[in-house]
Amino acid sequence: MSIEKFLSQSISNWMNGEGPHSDIVLTSRIRLARNLKDFMFPTLFSQEESKRVLNYVEGMIPLLVEYPLKKVELLKMDQLNELQKRVLVEKHLISPNLAKDAFNGACLLSENENISIMINEEDHIRIQVLLSGLQLERALEIANTVDDQIEQHVDYAYNEVRGYLTSCPTNVGTGLRASVMMHLPGLVMTQQMSQLIPSINQLGLVVRGIYGEGSEALGNIFQISNQITLGKSEQDILFDLNGVVEQIISQEWAARESIRKTSEVQLEDKVFRSLGVLTNSRIIESKEAAQCLSDVRMGIDMGYIQNISKTILNELMILTQPGFLQQYAGGPLRPFERDVRRAKLIRERLILEKNK
Amino acid sequence: MLCEECQKRPATLHFTKIINGEKTEIHLCEQCAQEKGNFIFMNQSPSLTINNLLAGLFNVNPSFEQKQQETIQHKDLIQCTECGMTFSRFLKVGKFGCPNCYPTFHDQLTPILKRLHGGNWKHSGKIPKRAGGSLFIKKKIDILKETLQTLIEKEEFEKAAEVRDEIRMYERQLQEGDV
Ligand SMILES: [Zn+2]
Ligand SMILES: [Zn+2]
Repeated sequence: MSIEKFLSQSISNWMNGEGPHSDIVLTSRIRLARNLKDFMFPTLFSQEESKRVLNYVEGMIPLLVEYPLKKVELLKMDQLNELQKRVLVEKHLISPNLAKDAFNGACLLSENENISIMINEEDHIRIQVLLSGLQLERALEIANTVDDQIEQHVDYAYNEVRGYLTSCPTNVGTGLRASVMMHLPGLVMTQQMSQLIPSINQLGLVVRGIYGEGSEALGNIFQISNQITLGKSEQDILFDLNGVVEQIISQEWAARESIRKTSEVQLEDKVFRSLGVLTNSRIIESKEAAQCLSDVRMGIDMGYIQNISKTILNELMILTQPGFLQQYAGGPLRPFERDVRRAKLIRERLILEKNK
Repeated sequence: MLCEECQKRPATLHFTKIINGEKTEIHLCEQCAQEKGNFIFMNQSPSLTINNLLAGLFNVNPSFEQKQQETIQHKDLIQCTECGMTFSRFLKVGKFGCPNCYPTFHDQLTPILKRLHGGNWKHSGKIPKRAGGSLFIKKKIDILKETLQTLIEKEEFEKAAEVRDEIRMYERQLQEGDV
């Protein structure tokens, strides 16, 4: 295994479009934040100390022999170029922070890319498990197994009252962030999203755009995650999040059905126009591409389009990101060149699919 | 009383500095206290980032500002012995420097954690196997010691001896780290 493999393999396992509720829930993600007992947190540590943390983890790799960590690969940030790091960010395998300015930042990746363990990000160790569809419990189960395996070799910073100690007090306690990525065009079209967000917030959950903190929702994709990490058990956190997600799923379907009832022709028109744009355009910006892919995906979910699989849309949503386009081009591209390449890639991929 | 710092102006502010559980009284004039402390965050307008939001937690009601400023000045003198983090610096950056910051700022942190975590301040999730194993045994020993006490009071010495042996066994396990 090598970095080339992770970069050339455009489809991570989590993009395969399977799992419960996979029409609306794209992915389930579990993140556990952990720190080593006798080290400063990354906010304050010296380069030397960060190196020691990295060495520590590196020395541990040969010991991680049990499932699901049998085959892992360590990618060190200072050995990757900007483009390679960007691709890992767009695949959701590392955070923009780790790519940007971590001392001795690294990432331990499992072969199928379901598990990625970030080293020296905001915390020493961040275990991430990414699965497709709504599978939070399964993801937590895997993350816990990984956590237990690592804990056999290190002493975690933990205390009885506050739980797992993290650099930021917003993560202390369980260190657990559970997030679900959802495709919600119906709620956006019926303008219910703006009303829904404050009430979701009131339940101790946060709603964000697809690429995490501060980014806008591209292509009607939203990420919903728990905000509270202290005072609730891991299972309770998942239970509350699951409950809200199931609610949103049924509201999304209700919204789509009400649009179908009141303006079916307009809806079909929107879906097929977007398909037309995707299969015919010669220049397309990422924002327009994301919106059109969202429309087509909804068209598939609602039965208007039959000959395209959702997996291809998941794939295209990732492949048309700037980092990936440049990876394929083998070098940096100017925005206009990217828009041309994006259009070509989508067009060819969809035509290939239609003629199958 | 004169200010300890400048020895010129009268000391109007009195602080207790606590480092490693050791208390020292400090008497300062207002001007020197301002210079010593780090109050920049009080004037910051809270923006939307998580870190500033933390600092903003103390900025909510301007009418309390004066009172809070005094308590924060007081808190500012508590410092983490491992990483040198002060509480006011933490409020500014929103992140701690090391695991030891948590016990250091335990009292000041509780209200902040309550605001961040829907009223919660105490962990009730996963216990790591290693640290957790000894936690588990410590709790067991505490309970057994209580039992031992009541057995002695009831003069049931035979049973008490059994419990005492059990306590010794657990204590040996703790010492040997065999958990
Ligand atoms: Zn003075
Ligand atoms: Zn500290």
